Amino acid sequence: MRNIFLFIRRYANFFFFLVLQIVALWLLFSYNKFHQAAFMGVANDITGKLNEEYNSIEVYFKLKKKNQELLEENNRLRNMLQENFGVRDTTLFSIKDTLTINDSSRIFRRYYSMPAQVVDNSTSRQNNYLMINRGYNQGVRKDMGVVSPAGVVGSVLDVSDNYAVVLSMLHRVSRISASVKKTGETGTVEWDGTNPLFVTLKDIPKSVQLNQGDSIVTSRYSDKFPPGILIGTVESVATDPSSNFYRVKVRTATNFFNVQYVYVIENLEKEEQLQLKSGIKINE
Amino acid sequence: MSELLKNIIRYILFIFIQVFVLNNIPPLHQFIVPYLYFLFILWLPFNMKRGWLMVVAFLFGFSLDAFTKTPGLHAAACVLIAYIRPFIISLLVSRDMAELNYVSPSAKSLGWVPYITYVLVLTLLHHTYLVFLEWMQFGSFIYFMGKVLATTAVSFVLVMLVEMLFPRDQRYRTNTA
Repeated sequence: MRNIFLFIRRYANFFFFLVLQIVALWLLFSYNKFHQAAFMGVANDITGKLNEEYNSIEVYFKLKKKNQELLEENNRLRNMLQENFGVRDTTLFSIKDTLTINDSSRIFRRYYSMPAQVVDNSTSRQNNYLMINRGYNQGVRKDMGVVSPAGVVGSVLDVSDNYAVVLSMLHRVSRISASVKKTGETGTVEWDGTNPLFVTLKDIPKSVQLNQGDSIVTSRYSDKFPPGILIGTVESVATDPSSNFYRVKVRTATNFFNVQYVYVIENLEKEEQLQLKSGIKINE
Repeated sequence: MSELLKNIIRYILFIFIQVFVLNNIPPLHQFIVPYLYFLFILWLPFNMKRGWLMVVAFLFGFSLDAFTKTPGLHAAACVLIAYIRPFIISLLVSRDMAELNYVSPSAKSLGWVPYITYVLVLTLLHHTYLVFLEWMQFGSFIYFMGKVLATTAVSFVLVMLVEMLFPRDQRYRTNTA
């Protein structure tokens, strides 16, 4: 017995080292699986405050460019206003105009978007995250989609009271359902962890004719994003001789280096969709 | 200023510089991440007990992890170099030479060549472990080697720049102090 105590005392430092290592590694490897580890909620609130302070200074340096972007977006939205679409006076009979945007008799709201400001962002790591200044109290929930004025950014990973962590499209586990705008084939967009300017589109069959510059948009099957939001444009197409699918290199529409304002998108019918989906599994 | 207060200020400064300056530098290449924060651990005083050294290193690494949202990644690497540090120091210099006369490791207290070796070995260990943890989750071997070497080189240059720009005044410890 005495020898055991002597042994432990002699290697106390080494055992302490092992304990600390195990704690650290356990935290690291469990975080990716259950990313709602209790302490991270608290840590997010503290680091979020600091990041917001920093961001309030940083934001001034990018004002000019941001104004330009918002101006362009305003312009695009203004062009979609109902007042821009007129009805021709035919004098003989009237036709019910189905082209206007706000036709409440036949259209229901599926998506609702909320603006938010990015307070922390990374692009240089293999797994990148963003933090936004809108959390549970402001209506953000897990797995909501996040887009910038230019295109897709990612999806909400973790929510604290006033902040939310967004899993960037530039993340190893990010998977976004995408389709070719021109022809409608759907595939999956992933990131290979190398260049933050490009993502990879998979599962597009070789029968499709793809050209450089073709738009890749979110697909109709996504439960996070409305269909047709720009993800990026085709940069180059690689054919893999061992499969029937392309590997397409896509230039991201969002510039992840300077993203500052984003919209969080809520799918109002997600519950219903998921419920229906889970029902299928039970029947099997 | 007392040594404790100095180290507390350093703790905060190193975390902030790493999070708000170095981590925000647009990536030059996928291999390169400029790391400097671990210099805090290299600068801790000689007379700290190894147990405390590891506690401080863990907390320090974890503070950075809270910002980068990788709980445990940097903490594990910091604890490793805190554990190895006393071995390296006792290998490089004879005990009574530096440890009794100076407060903490520096180019002046160890001498330039031993100090550079000390920085290089610990930097390489830190990055190898850090990239290894990342690599276990994904990546190829070339990526692993490339990233370790490139990141170590960049970190080493940064450490040397800091040493030259901000020389720490190392008082010769006397019995009266």
